[in-house]
Amino acid sequence: MVNLEALHELPPAVGSAPTDGAFSLLWLVIALPALGAAVLLLGGKRTDKWGHLLATAAVIGSFVISLILFFSLTGRDSGDRQVTQHLWNWFTTGSYSVNFDLLYDQLSAVFLLLITGVGSLIHVYSIGYMEHDVRRRRFFGYLNLFVAAMLVLILAADYVGVFLGWEGVGLASYLLIGFWQHKPSAAAAAKKAFVINRVGDIGLSLGTALIFITFGSTSFAVVSAGSHEASSGALTGIGLLLLLAACGKSAQFPLQSWLLDAMEGPTPVSALIHAATMVTAGVYLIVRSNFIFSLTEDARTAVIIIGCITLLMGAVIGCAKDDIKKALAGSTMSQIGYMVLAAGLGPAGYAFAIFHLLTHGFFKANMFLGAGSVMHGMNDDVNMRNYGALRKAMPITFATFGIGYLAILGVPPFAGFWSKDKIIETAFADNFLVGLCALVGAGVTAFYMTRLMLLTYFGEKRWEKDVHPHESPKVMTYPLIALAVLSAFGGLFTLNSWISDWLAPVVGEHGEHELGIPAIVMSLIILVVVALGVAVAVQLVGKREVPKVAPEKVSVFTRAARADLYGDAFNDEVIVKPGVAGIRGLAVFDRSVVDGGVEGLATALSAISGRFRLLQNGFVRSYALALLAGATIVIFALLAVNFG
Amino acid sequence: MKFTAPHIEYDLLSPILIVLAVAVLGVLVEAAVPRARRYVVQVSLSLVGIVAALVAALLVMSRINPTSDKPKSGYLAAVDALALDGPTLFCWVLILVLALLGVLLFAERRLEGGVTAFAGQASALPGTEAERQASAMGLEHTEVFPLMMFAVSGMLMFPAANDLLTLFVALEVLSLPLYLLCGLARRRRLLSQEAALKYFMLGAFSSGFFVYGNALVYGYAGSMQFDNIAFAVSSGSGSEALLLGGMGMLAVGLLFKVGAAPFLAWTPDVYQGAPTPVTAFMAAATKVAAFGALLRLFYVAFGGARWDWQPMFWIIAIATMVVGSVLALSQTDVKRLLAYSSVAHAGFLLTGFLGARSLTDIAPGDLNPVQAVLFYVTTYGLTTMAAFAIVSVVRDGAGEVTQLSRWAGLGKESPLVAGSFAFLLLGMAGIPLTSGFTGKWAVFASAASAGAWPVVIVAVLMSAIAAYFYVKIIVVMFFSDPIGDGPSVTVPSVMTSSVIAVGVAATFVLGVVPGPLLDLLGRTAQFIR
Repeated sequence: MVNLEALHELPPAVGSAPTDGAFSLLWLVIALPALGAAVLLLGGKRTDKWGHLLATAAVIGSFVISLILFFSLTGRDSGDRQVTQHLWNWFTTGSYSVNFDLLYDQLSAVFLLLITGVGSLIHVYSIGYMEHDVRRRRFFGYLNLFVAAMLVLILAADYVGVFLGWEGVGLASYLLIGFWQHKPSAAAAAKKAFVINRVGDIGLSLGTALIFITFGSTSFAVVSAGSHEASSGALTGIGLLLLLAACGKSAQFPLQSWLLDAMEGPTPVSALIHAATMVTAGVYLIVRSNFIFSLTEDARTAVIIIGCITLLMGAVIGCAKDDIKKALAGSTMSQIGYMVLAAGLGPAGYAFAIFHLLTHGFFKANMFLGAGSVMHGMNDDVNMRNYGALRKAMPITFATFGIGYLAILGVPPFAGFWSKDKIIETAFADNFLVGLCALVGAGVTAFYMTRLMLLTYFGEKRWEKDVHPHESPKVMTYPLIALAVLSAFGGLFTLNSWISDWLAPVVGEHGEHELGIPAIVMSLIILVVVALGVAVAVQLVGKREVPKVAPEKVSVFTRAARADLYGDAFNDEVIVKPGVAGIRGLAVFDRSVVDGGVEGLATALSAISGRFRLLQNGFVRSYALALLAGATIVIFALLAVNFG
Repeated sequence: MKFTAPHIEYDLLSPILIVLAVAVLGVLVEAAVPRARRYVVQVSLSLVGIVAALVAALLVMSRINPTSDKPKSGYLAAVDALALDGPTLFCWVLILVLALLGVLLFAERRLEGGVTAFAGQASALPGTEAERQASAMGLEHTEVFPLMMFAVSGMLMFPAANDLLTLFVALEVLSLPLYLLCGLARRRRLLSQEAALKYFMLGAFSSGFFVYGNALVYGYAGSMQFDNIAFAVSSGSGSEALLLGGMGMLAVGLLFKVGAAPFLAWTPDVYQGAPTPVTAFMAAATKVAAFGALLRLFYVAFGGARWDWQPMFWIIAIATMVVGSVLALSQTDVKRLLAYSSVAHAGFLLTGFLGARSLTDIAPGDLNPVQAVLFYVTTYGLTTMAAFAIVSVVRDGAGEVTQLSRWAGLGKESPLVAGSFAFLLLGMAGIPLTSGFTGKWAVFASAASAGAWPVVIVAVLMSAIAAYFYVKIIVVMFFSDPIGDGPSVTVPSVMTSSVIAVGVAATFVLGVVPGPLLDLLGRTAQFIR
């Protein structure tokens, strides 16, 4: 039941109004955190004292500029809201030219606010969280680097520029996951994230190459204007490659396994990078490339399938984890699955994907920071089996976390209700099975989130001996409160379907989807399923005693979920082991055949060389004879060739 | 019979005239200035003269508007004896820059403890009392500066020569001072004198071929002028055998100068025996002048007979690359190794030279062969100059240390010198991000687009072999333990240091941003008749 009218309409082309007035400040949004990173990382120990303040100020500066830009943009006519700032010609080879251009439109405006806004809050929070870390300056340098790279990613007006940002956030993510590099697990997790992301990056680079082959350019303006003339095969190919890229960065099946390990990084990193912003880059890429995906149903179907699989997988994994951050990470996977699913629904879903991305950015950052606050009070213990009854010890953390909890469950009127409901509705309008997946996912979400709440804040105290939970300092709780407010009221963006109208010039108009039943009935069904999930959790977790050690005798499903649904085992069997075997073979080949050949050749040539250097005997008469012989040969050869 | 005085364009010819005037003045200085002050006077005179000539050359160059889209093609000067077009002017500037660096190397005094690298008294027999006295008195030959100026004037004339006689005169003017300079080493004088004598005898021998070629071509075309020869070739009048024989013999004379196979026997002996500053200057600047002349002679005068000479040059290019690369493998002396490497480079340059085709075949945006060859020779000249300059600073008590085995451990002794040398070697090997890579790419592309695929394939294979021996030196410097005391690096004065710095910088810059120079050459690399 894809909206046929939408398919006949061409996807909107990316416009390029020149920058003027406030918009000429656009480059500064990137430049501030980039400068901060440069000062902190190059400045060395001299910046230890004030480095974190500079970094925070840089991001807040970017946020202020983003606000100014946003209100300037709302002041414009809706047809005139795509602004391009030309910075410089990056490189030109032959007829192919890449400009370093920034595109500021409705889509990037929303992202800009999310990244700099949540980014600012997390910087402030980190001042408290990382206070006692000896390498705090470096941490803030990396955070600034991340923000700068992420802003390049979402502001670039060209796939090559996106690639630059894409690699930049990958680097920052690697550095921050492995920030506590003295822990082998952190170093391994960083490496894993980097390697798996590389697979996705190949998708993006090949996709960009295919775009160049197809359109002769990689700028959004040219590609979006010409996409309807491209062959469907090329569009599907590009779509699938971009999907691969999105899977890597957004931890979607089958490249999902790195995200859980990425929780080895400091908690603010998990909140900023691995929940609110970077992992949603894949969703951004798909929505930004709507002019590709709107025209290729095959690629969109693949997107939907990936989204469905991941949203269920993430939810199931979230059910079995005892590590609070890993449970949240499973949830992140699952929620991004929702966004990818929505993006796969085409023009009907793009806006909701972005909307859910925003609200998720608020409530998941909120909950991660809450988890960080809990860990801060529990001597950095992450095992929920050692928590319990924390609601009294940490009232603010509990309250803010609770709001995040209600938001992710989709309880009205909290933010998640508005966004998730829309996605499930649209999914049902598209295909019953897809809708069912999304609905079941909502029920499982309710289960694991309730389990997490119960284990952490309710029940008996199961604290370790020398642990004395306390509320975190204000520099940490204020960002929590701010994010809680956003989690509570983020849904207001959809009043009068503001978000859909706002994004329509970028992602295309869509008609009302036809749902067999009234929307209010749909919402009620969803709420019933959610309530069911909560009830099961209360029954299974809340009413029983929680063992300190995870029970060994559990069902095969629990065991599978604890093992991340065998994602790592799969990778190990299918990719790593054959890969290692292949590499061993290649090494042998290299040693015996290649090296042998080269060394043999070198020996042979040296022998020849040694023999011939004897001709160089030092007697000028021999040299003269050689000269004469050479001249004779030259002349006779000339004559022979021409008269022969 | 009425004699009309020829019209000489003094302004256009000023670079040559300035250099010649400085040379003559230098001879007078030797006669008139007291010995103690000669060094200072000669060095400053040479430097001022070369800089003045460089300025003059740039002024002449600006008259053809090299930066505009459609530069003027150039001027014929001195009754059509010299052609001042883009390639000539580029060669002039390049030769003068190399000469400037050469003067700096010649003037280096710190390495030998206060005297230059040249013999105190060349007439004293090696190993005699007279020689000991000469060195005890701290004598030095400041005549090397005027000699070099004479050589430079010949080198300036060589690529500009527009008729066979001027070409021959220029050849001799540039060669004779070099023969002499080769024999003036302060250390290992027998080796040096032997080198000079060999170079002179073989050079004279090859000049004989050259003059005979002149005569044959005159017999064919009835003129020495390049454009008349070209006309005769295109009209096909005259005896084919005369043309072919003449072309072959002229080629022998020029290929001898560039050190191509099979006329390269002198190269290693002379490069090794000559004082290192002379080797540096000779290796770099002579190659520029000779390739400038080779291009003009075969493109302008014999361009119409391209199908006759091209097969021969294919074989010579291949042979030169193979001999240079393969023989370099078994060298144990750094100077000899660099000599063979310069032979291999001559082969790569000849590969670019094979890109010859008619102007109509060159698509816009394509590399034209003149552009490719001149670019390569620029990169080669500057890199080689710096490489030999580095050879001159690695020393022990007995002078320069040139056995490769004794360079072991140089990386620890002096990371800066060893690092620079390693970078220059990578440049010669043609590793990306160095000028050598761009240069090789240019000449290979030029040859390939003219259909010389087999030569390009050999060239690529030989580059691989060449890389092997360049890297071998790097391995010795950085990854081998020193033998005995190991080498030591004498800190040179600012003169040698600046030569090394310029060479390294050029190797890097031309590797990273070759565009401006390639574009300049692309616009101006057109011969006039």
